[in-house]
Amino acid sequence: MANLIHFARRLTILFRRRRFGSELDEEMAFHREQAEREYIAAGMKAEDARFAALRSFGNAARIREKSAEVAGFHIEGMVQDLRFAFRQLRKNPGFAITAVLILALGIGAGAAIFAFVDAALIKPLPYADPARLARITESDAAVGLANISYPDYVDWKRLNHVFAAMDVFTGAAYSLRTPSGTQNIPGVRVSTGFFRTLGVTPALGRDFREGEDLPGAPGTMMLTYGAWQRRFSGRADVIGQSVNLSGENFTIIGVLPRGFEFALRGNADFWAPLQPTSECEKRRDCHSLYAVGRLKDGVTMKSAQAEMQSIAQKLEIRYPDSNRGRGASIVPLADAMVGNVRPMLLVLLGGAALLLLIACVNVASLLLVRSESRRREIAVRGALGASPARLSCQFVIEALVLAAGGCAFGLGIADALMRILKGLVSTDMMAAMPYLDGLSINAHVLAFAAVVALLAAGLFSLLPIRHLSCSDLREGLAAGGRGSTGNLWRRMGANLVVIELATAIVLLSGAGLLGKSLYRLLHVELGFAPDHLATISVSLPDAAFPQDSQLVEFVRQLTDRVDALPGVRSAGVTNALPASCSCNTDWIRLVGRPYNGVHLTVVERRVSAGFFSTLQTRLLGGRYFTDTETAQTPQVVIVNRTFARKFFPGEDAVGKQFGDPQLTPKSIEQIVGVVDDFKEEALDEEVDPAIYKPYIEDTSNSFSLMVRTSRDEKALLPELARIVQEINPSAGTDSPATMMERIDGSQVAYLHRSMASLVGAFAAIALLLGAVGIYGIVAYSVSRRTQEIGVRMALGAERGAVCRLILKEAGVLIGAGTALGIAGAIAAALPIRKLLFGVQAWDAPTLIGVALVLAGVAFAASLIPARRAASVDPTEALRAE
Amino acid sequence: MGKNQPDLLPGTLDMLILKTLTRAPLHGYGIAQSIKRLSDDVLTVEEGSLYPALQRLLLQGWVKAEWKMTDTRRRARYYTLTAAGRKQLGLELSQFEQVIGAIGRVLRDAEA
Repeated sequence: MANLIHFARRLTILFRRRRFGSELDEEMAFHREQAEREYIAAGMKAEDARFAALRSFGNAARIREKSAEVAGFHIEGMVQDLRFAFRQLRKNPGFAITAVLILALGIGAGAAIFAFVDAALIKPLPYADPARLARITESDAAVGLANISYPDYVDWKRLNHVFAAMDVFTGAAYSLRTPSGTQNIPGVRVSTGFFRTLGVTPALGRDFREGEDLPGAPGTMMLTYGAWQRRFSGRADVIGQSVNLSGENFTIIGVLPRGFEFALRGNADFWAPLQPTSECEKRRDCHSLYAVGRLKDGVTMKSAQAEMQSIAQKLEIRYPDSNRGRGASIVPLADAMVGNVRPMLLVLLGGAALLLLIACVNVASLLLVRSESRRREIAVRGALGASPARLSCQFVIEALVLAAGGCAFGLGIADALMRILKGLVSTDMMAAMPYLDGLSINAHVLAFAAVVALLAAGLFSLLPIRHLSCSDLREGLAAGGRGSTGNLWRRMGANLVVIELATAIVLLSGAGLLGKSLYRLLHVELGFAPDHLATISVSLPDAAFPQDSQLVEFVRQLTDRVDALPGVRSAGVTNALPASCSCNTDWIRLVGRPYNGVHLTVVERRVSAGFFSTLQTRLLGGRYFTDTETAQTPQVVIVNRTFARKFFPGEDAVGKQFGDPQLTPKSIEQIVGVVDDFKEEALDEEVDPAIYKPYIEDTSNSFSLMVRTSRDEKALLPELARIVQEINPSAGTDSPATMMERIDGSQVAYLHRSMASLVGAFAAIALLLGAVGIYGIVAYSVSRRTQEIGVRMALGAERGAVCRLILKEAGVLIGAGTALGIAGAIAAALPIRKLLFGVQAWDAPTLIGVALVLAGVAFAASLIPARRAASVDPTEALRAE
Repeated sequence: MGKNQPDLLPGTLDMLILKTLTRAPLHGYGIAQSIKRLSDDVLTVEEGSLYPALQRLLLQGWVKAEWKMTDTRRRARYYTLTAAGRKQLGLELSQFEQVIGAIGRVLRDAEA
């Protein structure tokens, strides 16, 4: 209460400060008059009395200021200081613009990266209580994380006591007839409780009901908000409408809310209940699903993991054939969704932080130089009665003005940078990172920028304040004053430059390592020529192709027609394109070998006869398939070199046989050929043992077509889609792309490329700032030492010697900065070790190269002032004394 | 300058001003004169301390100010003690006496 009255009084004074001032003036004038009268009464002459009164009264302005300080908010002084700060900066626009720009670069880069970090890592997922959600998968010794089979899911859900709810989902491709031909639309099949488990309620219509996921239940589906807007123009009457997808009818029952996203299936438009009708979903050893679960209250991820693992072990004992070696893996859902980008974002944030540091150090040393040249001004103000607090306040205000300017421009830069970065993300990548959709300068980013700006302002005001408190007035007032304080500044400035150079080295080496890693990744040995290859995915709806023979016939027609196109050398199909994933694995058991119950996991591909010739792979032994291969026993299979080496070391694999873990007679395969290794897996993964079965033997209704042409492969893509449609209008196509585009656009290449280019850009700016920093300190040092140089030259020093003298000074700084930087670079490389591909964290060529580049640039930057020093005219320099 | 006068004990100026105002409302100059006279010219209140101190007391609500005419028909700001100021004065006096008493005891003990 007392504080409130206090505050109110202060406010009154603030609003009536003119009156406050005039009243005080009048009061003091009265005081002086009274004193004067007293002196006259004591017998002084009128003139003398007035001076005596004035003298005894003291500095009226000071008293007034002090009174105002007691009563007011200091606002007046601050407004004055603010105006003065602006005037100072306007008077020296070069300094102001440089400082604000450098700071804006630092804050801009930092804020933009922070916005990504915020969107991906800080902002909670748009589900109810997302921290209690987990992704549940099986785990397998050979492949690590593995999908879960439907029967296992049913058992897990029934037996566990740790999840309040557990549901499954799996991707699906629905073909939809549109005016522009049949399209494959990505969708998701989910168990009916899926959205309730996530805690998402539909924006329109209703959620799935229990039982809608039982075989035979009528088809229902929900739309994402985006699909509702795009495909149904947001009409409310879509609810109850029936849509034909892949030849089956689905009734639209609901629309998901606008903010809904699900990164694990980000591009899905249609969500339908998962009815376990497919062959795979009836088998315990066919793993096609992922599960999400909501933990019961009080249950931790760790105890859930323990419980699920023990359930998995029970199932392992009960179903040894299908469940041997299958464990359970529980991961927080947020980790599952953003785990792949987290290390990259943290690296970028680290890079941005270093850039920010270097920018701040740069501006701080600019300010130091300026405060040095303002020494006299400060001394004069001090002598005229400005209190140290008031002088410090001036520096704080100037720093705040600079920081505010840097912050404002920085947010502009951040906005532009975010747009550019978002533009670089391909549509496919965006689908996997839907949380980036709403990326913008939000309250979090603003707060981040403001905090950074405040910290910077603190640094900028502390340095000159500390600096000036070390010097005393008299020295500042002395005209040629350049004693110990100049040296002090030089020490402080020199330290700052060493920090700058070291930081630049860390960023440069990071950029070098990431760049080298990207190069290695893009030039990794694929085992096939990726140029002149066109690819497109095709899916044939079950309803239109009920018989397997129809599928085979479709593929035959398609490859024949494509083969006939001008320029096409060869065409083939596969169920999964090379250089994409180590997915679609199979368990095998070798015939005639002792079996200890351990599955051998191999990558399995079903390919047409033209597949190998299209890829131009090398046959190491045996033969390729022919188109006349029929369902014979034993079935024929081709294996890769890794397979042959691993399972038949020192033997000829051709002619050997293997089958499923039970060695059921119809599963027996005979190896007819060994092909040289090529990458089926993502670029950064090792080649696994792989088997290739003829497409004809085991046909699936979705596959990818691959075409090698001698002409422009890009121009071929629309042609391929057209031919598919011509052969059967109900066949859908998607993802037309050249193999080069696929490799360049793959997630691993994208992550590497964006890291390398961003850190590279940061490093380039850091290098520039570092060069400017060393130029500044050497130039300043030269300007302070002009007279000394003059004396040296007058005493007979040669120009070369003077130049060397200055360069030696710079060399010490560069040496210290480089050494510190290399140590820092090695330390910084350790956390990014896991993100590097084919490069060690302490890659010597990179480190040496980086050190040479930095030292060279820094040396060149110091050469300019060194040469200026050498051209000093001794007579002039001495006369200036 | 050359005057050999003891400084005011720190923190006592507010108390002296409040005490001076217990008799009658006074203007700033009057307060300074009154303190000087009552202390037989030992204590001189610097104007540089007086006016900021008066602002402080006003802000605390211990005195209030109003413009009045002096005997010589001149406008001056007169300060009056408020009830809160009187209470504060009592508080400061008792504290002051405690301190002075304590110092005295220490000094006597040191002499003995």
